[in-house]
Parts: sequence; C-alpha cells; structure tokens
Amino acid sequence: MALTETLQFAGTMFSGAMRIAIPICFGALGSTICERAGIVNIGIEGMMLAGSFGGVVGALVTGSPWIGLLFAMVAGMLFSLLHGVLTIHYGTGHIISGLGVNLLASGVTTVLLVAIWQNRGKSEMVGTLPTIELTFLKKIPFIGQAFGSFSPLFLLLLAAVALLWVFLYKTTFGLRARIVGESPQTADAAGISVPKMQYICVLLCGLLCGLGGAYLSIGDIGMFSRDMVAGRGYIAMAVTIFGAWNPIGALGGGLLFGLAQSLQFRLQQSGIPVQLIQMLPYVITILVLLLVRRKGGGPAAAGKTFDREKH
Amino acid sequence: MDFVQMRGITKIFGKVVANDRVDFSVKKGEIHSLLGENGAGKTTLMRMLYGMSVPDEGSIILNGSPVTLKSPSSAIEQGISMVHQHFMLADPMTVTENIVLGYEPRKGPFFDRKKAEQQVAELSARYGLQIDPKATVGDLSVGNKQRVEILKALYRKCDLLILDEPTAVLTPLEVKDLFAVLRSLKEDGKTIIIITHKLKEILEISDRVTILRAGKLITTKNTAETDAAELARLMVGRQVQFEVQGAKPVAADAPVLLEVKDAELRRRGMQLLSGLSLQVHAGEIFGICGVEGNGQTEIIEAITGIGQLSAGQVLLNGQPVHKPTPTKMADRGLAHIPEDRGLRGLVADFSIRDNSILGYQRSRRFSRRGVLDKKAIEMHTRQIVSDYRVKVGSIDDTAASLSGGNQQKVVIGRALSQDPDVIIAAQPTRGVDIGAIEYIHQKLIEMKNAGKAILLISAELDEVLGLSDQVGVLYRGRIVATGAPADFDEQTLGLLMTGYHKDTEKEERPCLETLHSAFAKS
Amino acid sequence: MLGNAAQRVCKVLKSKKLQTSLLALVGAIVVSGLILALSGYSPFVAYGAMFSGAFGGAANIADTLGTATPLIFTGLAVAIAMKGGAVNIGAEGQLYMGAFAAALAGAYGKDLPMVLHIALCLLAAFIAGGLWAVLAGGLKIKLGVSEVIITIMLNYIATYLTDYLTTYHFKAEGMVVKTKRVAESAMLPTLYPHSRLTVGFLIAILAAVILVWVLRRTVFGYELQAVGLNPFAAESGGVKKGRQFLLTMLISGGLAGLAGACEVLGVHGYFMKGFSPGYGFDGLAIAVLGQNNPLGVTLSAILYGALRSGATMMDRMTKIPQDFVGIMQALIIIFVATPGLVYFYRRKKKKTAAIHKGSETAPATTEEV
Repeated sequence: MALTETLQFAGTMFSGAMRIAIPICFGALGSTICERAGIVNIGIEGMMLAGSFGGVVGALVTGSPWIGLLFAMVAGMLFSLLHGVLTIHYGTGHIISGLGVNLLASGVTTVLLVAIWQNRGKSEMVGTLPTIELTFLKKIPFIGQAFGSFSPLFLLLLAAVALLWVFLYKTTFGLRARIVGESPQTADAAGISVPKMQYICVLLCGLLCGLGGAYLSIGDIGMFSRDMVAGRGYIAMAVTIFGAWNPIGALGGGLLFGLAQSLQFRLQQSGIPVQLIQMLPYVITILVLLLVRRKGGGPAAAGKTFDREKH
Repeated sequence: MDFVQMRGITKIFGKVVANDRVDFSVKKGEIHSLLGENGAGKTTLMRMLYGMSVPDEGSIILNGSPVTLKSPSSAIEQGISMVHQHFMLADPMTVTENIVLGYEPRKGPFFDRKKAEQQVAELSARYGLQIDPKATVGDLSVGNKQRVEILKALYRKCDLLILDEPTAVLTPLEVKDLFAVLRSLKEDGKTIIIITHKLKEILEISDRVTILRAGKLITTKNTAETDAAELARLMVGRQVQFEVQGAKPVAADAPVLLEVKDAELRRRGMQLLSGLSLQVHAGEIFGICGVEGNGQTEIIEAITGIGQLSAGQVLLNGQPVHKPTPTKMADRGLAHIPEDRGLRGLVADFSIRDNSILGYQRSRRFSRRGVLDKKAIEMHTRQIVSDYRVKVGSIDDTAASLSGGNQQKVVIGRALSQDPDVIIAAQPTRGVDIGAIEYIHQKLIEMKNAGKAILLISAELDEVLGLSDQVGVLYRGRIVATGAPADFDEQTLGLLMTGYHKDTEKEERPCLETLHSAFAKS
Repeated sequence: MLGNAAQRVCKVLKSKKLQTSLLALVGAIVVSGLILALSGYSPFVAYGAMFSGAFGGAANIADTLGTATPLIFTGLAVAIAMKGGAVNIGAEGQLYMGAFAAALAGAYGKDLPMVLHIALCLLAAFIAGGLWAVLAGGLKIKLGVSEVIITIMLNYIATYLTDYLTTYHFKAEGMVVKTKRVAESAMLPTLYPHSRLTVGFLIAILAAVILVWVLRRTVFGYELQAVGLNPFAAESGGVKKGRQFLLTMLISGGLAGLAGACEVLGVHGYFMKGFSPGYGFDGLAIAVLGQNNPLGVTLSAILYGALRSGATMMDRMTKIPQDFVGIMQALIIIFVATPGLVYFYRRKKKKTAAIHKGSETAPATTEEV
C-alpha cells in the first residue's frame, strides 16, 4: 500500500515536473541549436514571450488554439529574425542584441495587450489545446499519474528533441551547422554559406521558443499575462549549458529543473519559508553548473561575429 | 597556354593598397612560387583567386574564359583549392568530417559516414598521405593537420592547389615529405601555387617564381634562370645583408645570468616540460630550435612568471626565484618579448602611449602610489618611438592602427628600454618585414654586446643559427642537445628536432616513416 | 587654457562614439514614434506628454534627476564591469543586497551623527552589493561558465533572500512586510522639497567623476581596462587577472549597491520586496547608450530618468501604457550597438566589427592583411 502511494506521489511529482519542463526544454532546444551555429541568444526569454502572446492572438482571431500555435511560432521567429539580422548581418554584440530583443518583446507585448484588450495585466481567456488523456494508464501507479494526461506539446517536445538530435548528429546539414559554430572560417573556406546556416538555426530557435511560450499561454492557462515567461528563458540558457549543447541533454536538464521546481511546490506545504523554497531552483541550477563544469565547453566560435574579409 | 590569368587586380583595405594592378599568370601543370615579404600582398592575391575576397578592380580568367569568384564555393567548383597558413579545420571534429565538409556523401538527408571514411582512406592511400580517417583533428600534429588540408583539396578534385606558407610550421624533414607529395601531385597533372618567402625552397621545388613587392608584381622568372641573391634583391628592392655583423664573442668568464634547472611541468595529465635545463651567460644569445609545441610556450611562461613549474627552478643572476610572477621577474631585470604580440604583447585597443608601459605600469618611473605619471609616460613613449623608428601618426592612436613591424618595434622598445639583464626574445621577427627584421637583429646584437643574456626562441631556423652563440635543441619538453651553431648541420638538427637521436633512439621513433621516405628520396 | 578646453570640447563633439549615441537616440525616437502611430496613437501627443512630465517645471525636473540617481549608479556599475571585461547582468540583485544592507544599517545604527551614519549605510550597501558581485565573479572563474547566466540566477536568489530575511528576521511591526524605518540621521537630505531628488544625486555625480579619474589616471584603472581589452597581454604585463576581475566585480556590485542605498535612504526609508522597478536592468541599457564612459553614462541615466518620469505622465494623460518606454529603451540599445543601422546612409564600405563579442572580450589579433 505504502509502495503504491509512494509511486503515485512520484508520478504526480513527475507530471508536475513535466509541465514545468516543457517551456524550458523548448527554450533550451532553441538555445542549443542557436549556440551550435555560433549565435549566443539571450533573447530566448523575449522570443518565448512573443510566442505566448502570438498564441493567444492566433487562438482569438481564428478561434482555434492549434492555429494559435502557428501564430506563436511565427511570432517567435519574427523576434529571432531580428536577433539574426543584428548579430549576423550587422555584427552587433550577441548579448546586447539579445537584451534588446527581450526588452522589445516585453514592451511590444505589453503595449499591444493594452491596445487590444485595454487591460494592463492580462488578456481575455481563449481556448486551450486539449490535453491528451490515456485512460487505460490511469490505474497503473506512477505511470498513471505521470503519463495519464499530458499536453500535446509534450509529444511535440519529444519529437523536437529526437528530430534535433538526428538533425545535429546524423545529417550533413547538422554537421555543417556544428562546424559553423566551431570554426566559421573552416566552413566558409569549404564553400558553406555561414550566414545562411546561422539564419536557419536562429529561425529554428525562434520557432522552438515560440512553441515553448505558447505552452504557457494556450497550452496551459488559456490567456496571456504580462511578462508571463518570468525568467524561464534565462533558465533555458543555463539548461543549455548543463545539457552540454546536446538536445537530449537539454531535455534532461529541463526535466531536472522541473523536478526541483515541483519539489518546491511540495515543500511549500511543509512550513519552510516560501522564499527559501522559491530560491531553490536557482540555487540548484548553479550547483548543477558547478558539478558539470568544463564538460564539453561549448562551441568555440559562439558569440563571435564572422566576417570573411577580416581574418 | 596560361591556366590562370589574373589581370589588373587591385585590392584596397582602408587606406592600404594591398594589390596594385597585378597581372599574374600560371601555366597548367607547373609549380609556381609567389615570393614576397610579409605584407607584399601575396595572400591577398591568392584569397581573391579562392573567392574569399573580391577584387576592387581587374578580372580573373581561368582556362581562357573569364570567371567571377564570389565565394570559396565558386572557386571550388572551378577546381581551385587553398591550404591556408592558419589551418581551416574544426578541432573537435574527425579527420573525415573535416575533409568531406561541404561535399559530404549522403544517403537521403543523412550523412553517410561509412562511405565518407572509406573515401578518405582510399584517397590517403592513393597519394601516400597516411592518416587515420577517424582521428580527431585536435589531436593531430601540425604536419598531419596539413595532410588533412591537402586531402581536403584533393577530395574536392582540385586542379589548382594554392598553399599559403606551407613550410612555416614544418621541420626540415616534414618539408621534404611535403615536397615529395607536391611533386607527385604535379606528375598527376595538378597545378600548384606556393606562397612563401623562403628562397631556398623556391629554388628547390618550383618551376617558375613571381615576385611581389608592396602590392605590385615585380617580375616572373623561370627558377632555373635565377638564384637566391637575385630573388632576394627583387623581393626587397635592394641588396640584403644576410650575415649579422659586429657580434662580440662571449667572454670566457661571463657569469650565468639566467638559469633553468630541471624544469618539470605537467598539466591535465600531459608532460609538457620534462627536466629542461639551460644556462645563458652575460653577453650571450642562447637560441632554442625545435618544432613548435615541444615546450617553447611553456618554458617562456615559466621563466617570465606567467605560468608555474611543477618542479624545478628558475634562477636570475644566480638567485633562485621563489614563485615567479611577471611583476617579480620584471623587477629583477627580466624583459619579455612575447611570442604572439597580438595575444600577449599588446592591448590592441589601447593607445601606443598606454602600450608603451604595459608590464611596467607599477614601476616607480611611471606611477606613484597608484597614480600614473602622465608626463613621464609621454616622454617614455616618445623616446621609444624615436629610438626604434616606430612609424606612428600620434602616440594616442591605437596599437591596432600600426603595421605588424611597427607594433613589434613598440613591444621590443618597451622591453629593451628598461635596461634589463636578461631578455626573453620569443619570435622577435614574426610577421615583420625584412627591413624591420634587420633592425631588430641589430638591436638584439647591441644588447648582447652590452652584456645582456638573451634567450632566443624562434621558429625561423636561420634566425636562431645566425644570431646565437649557443643553440639548444628542444624536443618534448627537454633540451636534447646543445652546442655552437656550427656544430650542427641541417640534417643532424632535423633529426634532433624530431626526436631521432642517440639517447632516445630506443624509446621513441615517432618520425621513422618520415625519415625513411626522406632518405629514400635524397 | 581656455583654448585648450575649447579644443577638448570640439574633440568630444567630433568623437564617433558621441555621434553614434546621438544618432541612435534620434533613430530610436523616430522608430518608436512610428510604432506608436501604427498602433493608432499620436506620437506627438505622447512625446509632448513625456517631455512635460520630465521637464515641465522645477518639481518635474527634480523628479527626473531623482529617478536618474539610482540609474547613474547602476549604469556606472555595468559600465565599469564592461570596461573590465565582464557582462554584469546582476546589477538588480546587487542593488537589492545593497538596499537591504543600507536599510539595516540605517535602522539599527543608532545615535550617530548624520554624516557618519549615512557614510556607514553607504559603506554597508557598497560592501553587500560588491560581495554579491564577487560571488558571481568567483563562480564564473570556478565554473568557467559565462557570468551572464550566473548573475541572472543570482538576481533571483537575491530577491528571494532579502525578502526572506525581511519577512522572518527583520520585519517591522504592522501588516506590510518591510524593514524597520531607518533613523532620521541616516536619511539623505532632499535637495528639492517633496521630491525624489536628494543628496544621493550629488553622490552619484561624484562617483562618476571619481571613476573618470580612476580610469584615466590610476594604475588600477589602467590594469582594469587592460584585462577587459586583452586579458592575456594584461597577464604578461604583470596583472593578476583573476584578482583584478574580482576587484572589478566588487566595484561594479558596490556601485549597484549604492543605487539601492540611495533609494532606501532617500526615497522609501525602509526596505521592501519589489521596491526597484528594474533599475539594475536599466543600467545595462544606460551603459550601452553611454558607451561605458562614466560621463556618457551619467547623461544617459538622466535621459532615462526623464523617460521614466515622463512615461508616468504620458500614462496618465494618454492611453499609452508606460511600458512603451521599454520599446524605446530596446531600440536605443539596439541602435547604439549596431552602428551599421545608424549610419545606414553612408556607403557600406567598411563594416565595423563587433565591439562586444559575447561575454568574452576576445583579444583583437593584429595580423597583417
């Protein structure tokens, strides 16, 4: 009996962790592909925010959260395109450009929020994506709680992880992208267009971030509220590092963070000061970084602007 | 018929005319050398032929028809490949991945790794360039990295191969090896252009030679009809003194000013220095020859206090220095000319004025209680600029605005102006034009004659042999032989530098293959 | 002497950096205006309201300068870190630590003469903020991970930590969770009645002037910049780069801490969760706009103060939310960091290379072409 309860508890924890992890994992996947191609992207946060907003607008305009998902991807890609143009074409510092993207996304979504809904805090409610219910699993301890019902975006996330992994390590395109991030001169001298590869990866990043953001709005609560990404984009960047710039690592890292957060919700009922518990995920992030230090080290040319004429 | 014709090529960077109406042509199947000083515009010209930069004026004609080379990929399509001086390789990737990059065999969208590895293996067997297709490039020696680069070009089925300073990083034996490969490529019908400034090599390998000077094409000659003296004159535009003059012999009772005793250094499981010992006397230049990566950087860092030794001692004026730091060493009369001035010698975005005191900013000459003495610094900078004939607009310009030679003069002027007892001169003439080289050599000799102890580390063998009173051969973190330059002939030196000498014969034979092929051909 | 000064002014006016900043500003104003127009608002009404909110009358100007006070500090904090080769996104957290320390020193340090008490509070804030930044710097060196991520994490931790300490250990009596009111002797005297403008503004200006001197005339400033521009050359030049990096972080965090102190001692009188509307993050944009030059930073901070106080007015007078300022700020930093956008009208002959290459300031290699 006790075992069943423990398993059920663990299952619930896991499902909670999963829900927290979905947006972060999407962000981390985006950041992973972006950094692999040599573009450091602090703008994950803003791109996710744009995705959240775009999702709600899309769902509202078309009445379908599924089409909202498309809007979210486009919104994420718009902001990633801006980051791409600035860093790749104009050679703007990657950090500065990313910060600009974040500020801009925050400002634009809030101003539009007021413009559309005359409300400073949140949008109206829209339909959410239906959850997938696997009734036949519900009886099994752990599995039932963990996988009995989940967002379709979770499936999409798993697919994205698998696809991205195959893409990075098994296709010629992925090989080229990795070499671009490692040594753009080498790629260039081999006749590969460095900007083209980087634009593709940055746009892909925007798309993934858009999905992550959409989960927060139309995948979960069914509305947009201002600055609703609330730092998940930055967490995603940390997850990228301890996932060693690998899509599978990003998934694992995101789930780990989700578990920490989910543990936090549990602990809040235990009488430990809430602030200390809220700190936990961030402390854990730093501790994990401490544990995995210097693993991989990351793409050598990440954050540097490539200019062929300057060698 | 000419295979390649470059007509009226002009390329301007900012205010610098890198190529000025150059008409350059190459015949099919020849080995053609492109000779010139640093900054003469050789690399710029070849980068345009490889599509890495676009000429401001002029046209390129390939096999009789004009072509536009907008990017390396268009050059590669035309059968042109280039091996760059700084290798274009991604270190964490495998040999195969690097070679097939851009032209990968695939199965659908997937990279066909097996087929790629097989192709690389076949190619390397066919041209006798042995390499493990699965090895990680970062683990390879410089010579092997160059093989990867050449294989990359061959993989792309190039007809024209451009090599930029291919011998700069190789040992004499590796050079022989490379030349053998180039000859076999020529027999195979490939056309080869070699960028170089080494006269001896040109005479040995090339059919024709074209000389560039200050961005202009001076002339093209058949190698058989010229000699080193003529080439040197054409390259520099005047007679060159190869011999260093006026060096005083080392006094018999000269004290040892710099000594390194049994230096050991292990880092991340790698033995970088293993029992290195050396002595430099007052008034002596002690030269170190060795293939790059055998401990040069590490011993410089240990002596100058940038790095710490695992075991062993550094002694200045006979006194052991406990835990050396750059400041401590400078205070005790050690001056450092760093091997890579861009990396360690200068802060590119600092003004020349600020750079002129780097390393001495805490010295009482330039600051009191943490406050810089602007007047003293300005006087000091102007002194260096005039003493070392540094060509500057204003001393407030950034160091980055200077040419390589003038940057080096600032670095050397800074080091020597502090009246040091011991000078560590690492690659003092790297990337510097011939005029400045002569000048720097002369300054080093002056310092030697004034009784300083100089440790000279240089990749230019001729420089080490020409300037030094004593030479030490560095191999795997140890001095394996010492003697006067005259004691070594080139062959012996080459053997020592590659670890093939009596003491180590039994344990290590890293370059046996190279040796055999070298002997077979000579 | 006078001619010399005039020459200097001319030189400053001609400097490319100043031109870039000014053009960027104009560009940002124009583009933000376009965005407003597209969203159906009148940019002229908006800017008019902002201007009168910021400069329309002595009280407004005082408020603008008062708002600028913490911004000068955080801008300087980020700028000095950038000069020393660090991207300090943690100014917000450091500001919280500093504010909290100042609040405690102000409330619990008793019976001190005013000057001494204020000095004590400022010192406490400087140390608290500074140490928080040193923690980030130490972790960066230890972890080998970009300080960007670490400072962001530490921002969250600082907010929760100070909130925890306030709630559980230093809560003042009453319903609201805040610290005890600081003693009168620790309050910064106001310069204009009933405004945010206090002596803190003068301290901020003083800090900027001191920094100019430190950067130009001291060995410390010289070594700080050497590490920032080329850590390897600095190392060869006898600078202990790890130590120097931590010192840079200490000063940077200390300055951010002072921003918090000025808010607590000048405006609120106590510490409370969420008292900063993101001054630390504004510091980044301000440092970028001011091109990391202390004087430029001061001017940018005043401009930002004007934007903030003007935005409140605009918010009240029009339907445009004050978050619109966020868009302007974003555009400003994008334009400043992207000279290619600002000088679009010039022939695109030579692209200026990236100034800030990620978090690492890569040594500029100086090879010949």
